[in-house]
Amino acid sequence: MNSRQKLRIAAISTAIIAFAAASGSAIAQKKYDTGATDTEIKIGNIMPYSGPASAYGIIGKTEAAYFQMVNDQGGINGRKVNFISYDDAYSPPKAVEHARKLVESDEALLIFNPLGTPSNTAIQKYLNAKKVPQLFVATGAAKWNDPKHFPWTMGWQPNYQDEARIYAKYLLKEKPDAKVAVLYQNDDFGKDYVKGFKEGLGDKAKSMIVIEESYEVSEPTIDSHIVKIKASGADTLLDFTTPKFAAQTIKKAGELNWKPLHIVTNVSISVGAVMKPAGFEYGQGVLSAAYLKDGADSQWDNDPGMKKWIAFVDKYAPGANKSDSGLVYGYGAAQTLHKVLEMCGDNLTRENVMKQAASLKDFQTDVALPGVKINTSATDFAPIQQVQMMRFKGEKWELFGDVISSDAKD
Amino acid sequence: MSTLQETVSDPAAPTTDTPVGKSATLGRAASLIMLVALLIVPFFVRNFIIFQLTMLLIYGIAVLALNILTGGSGQFSLGQSAFYAVGAYAAAILIEHGGVNYALTLPIAGVICFIFGFLFGFPALRLSGIYLALATFALAVAMPQLLKLGVFEHWTGGVQGLVVTKPDAPFGLPMSQDMWLYYFTLVVSLLIYLASVNLLRSRSGRAMMAIRDNEIAAAAMGVDVSMYKTLAFGVSAGITGVAGALGAIAVQFVAPDSYTFQLAIALFLGMVVGGVGWLPGSLAGAAFIVFVPNIAEGISKGLSGAFFGILLFVVIYLVPHGARQGAIIAESLFNKLRRS
Repeated sequence: MNSRQKLRIAAISTAIIAFAAASGSAIAQKKYDTGATDTEIKIGNIMPYSGPASAYGIIGKTEAAYFQMVNDQGGINGRKVNFISYDDAYSPPKAVEHARKLVESDEALLIFNPLGTPSNTAIQKYLNAKKVPQLFVATGAAKWNDPKHFPWTMGWQPNYQDEARIYAKYLLKEKPDAKVAVLYQNDDFGKDYVKGFKEGLGDKAKSMIVIEESYEVSEPTIDSHIVKIKASGADTLLDFTTPKFAAQTIKKAGELNWKPLHIVTNVSISVGAVMKPAGFEYGQGVLSAAYLKDGADSQWDNDPGMKKWIAFVDKYAPGANKSDSGLVYGYGAAQTLHKVLEMCGDNLTRENVMKQAASLKDFQTDVALPGVKINTSATDFAPIQQVQMMRFKGEKWELFGDVISSDAKD
Repeated sequence: MSTLQETVSDPAAPTTDTPVGKSATLGRAASLIMLVALLIVPFFVRNFIIFQLTMLLIYGIAVLALNILTGGSGQFSLGQSAFYAVGAYAAAILIEHGGVNYALTLPIAGVICFIFGFLFGFPALRLSGIYLALATFALAVAMPQLLKLGVFEHWTGGVQGLVVTKPDAPFGLPMSQDMWLYYFTLVVSLLIYLASVNLLRSRSGRAMMAIRDNEIAAAAMGVDVSMYKTLAFGVSAGITGVAGALGAIAVQFVAPDSYTFQLAIALFLGMVVGGVGWLPGSLAGAAFIVFVPNIAEGISKGLSGAFFGILLFVVIYLVPHGARQGAIIAESLFNKLRRS
């Protein structure tokens, strides 16, 4: 190559760069990180489709169906969503393998809604080091709201500790002399509730709690624990259990003709999976808190948001059991991500995704309770913080009181 | 000896001993090719693949450990996940709470697990065959719960687990963390492999195999049956512990849910697929448990378990003695080709 040619190439390339710079500022600037192009956005996801927590697998399937619907409607800002979901069988080492595959091999823009506290803990450090968003994790542990140390990780649902604090607040107000029994699952889930509940009671925790009983998730039945708790003379039962065990508890307490003030967690409020198998007659008066609507609850039949949800289920998940709360949860989480990606516009960098996710203002998904709004900021990585107390009556939950913000410190 | 035990260990008998003549050189050539492949592959693949290969080696070590126990001394264990967990937690606690260098945690984890396995070996002496399998099964089921106990929570992190820092390449080597850890694991695996081969060829190894083949005859010849049986348990547990420690460093996280009974089953599966009693097969067995679930998931998400079962069935049906049978078939084919 002679020097004149070199000169010409240099001149042309300078011109191109200048043109590109000029046009860049003139037309809306398109910016991409790995995983996003003019036509596609790659989203990674990790779910326990098999193994001990496989019941949650429906969440991943719902999310895949949701993005199928989005694609059928033309995608997000003209880009199709490529939703890649892997099965970690609830095993942290497998979750690490899949997270790395999604980031390094599939080159996803972000990891969305991976499920389970252990699996998310296992991949958190890696994703933050790689600066890949770990967005809207499907666990209610309190530790996901930590933008200072983990600026690439964000939760979604109200956290267990805050929820338990609301129950404590309710008890202190309504039944300050209660003799409380605490039943919890011996894992991160149960222990988070116990911690929040005790903190909520404060100094009165020691005098109010008469018995603390734990069970292992592998136990086939927890009937013997209920008998023991009843014998303690408690008149209030804080039931920090997952759906199967909540149903057993409600049923056994009813069979023993024991009628404590019974509070179950938000995880176990499914009418179809908990209240019906437990027996509606035993479930009367049970308390809990909610932030999402129940798909099997007839009071939402004419709700515009739920109508959209029902149309979605009928078309994209035909035959699915509408009482499965995973269908509602997956829809809500996917819709939140949909919103964030819309807000990103043509700037689909990982940094902007986190920035937009942290700029949600009063966003309401179709499936959230009226008044439950998603708000985030650069210092607040806990999207949903509002719940409403409710009481089981007849064959459905009746909401009562105001929507309570669980982060209120009073 | 139970019938189950015999059916598994009998076919191992004629081929476990060192092959002679031509096939020995062929075997040696194959191992050399394998070794060279393991050495150079990391330069051509992404970090993610390197990580998968590291996990492959780690599970390979754990399968090898089980192979020494079952293939060597004829004892069963469905509790390897417990030893793996103890090794992993030992390494994690030493690194995070004790500030111990990661390389030093391996021998410590190995020794702790050796003692643990040796002690467990004593009650196990009274059991044989499927009863021993059940006793070790109980150990595997109990382990995740023990790790959650409040008493140890300060050290184990309880249900939340422990996050482990990944080591950088030393001496300023221009290597990614993944690549360094891969070579580190490769060296450890090779050392363990050579030591295991030598162990099985030694006097102790012959004593173990004598027990496997016929316990009464072995005792009559003067083999200290209980001593060698517990020793096999200890060695197997110790090696599994080293694998667990390496696994904790590679995954950077330990939690009770990582070491459930499913891991024990997976290791057992790896041993059967690799060929009971054939140490090089451990790597093939590990490859099966690392990659086949991913393949099954690729076929169908909802039915991944069923497809895994089908693939396993195909393997067991076509090559009931695992990878060793594959190797023997390949060898005879090779010889046939050379003759013609």
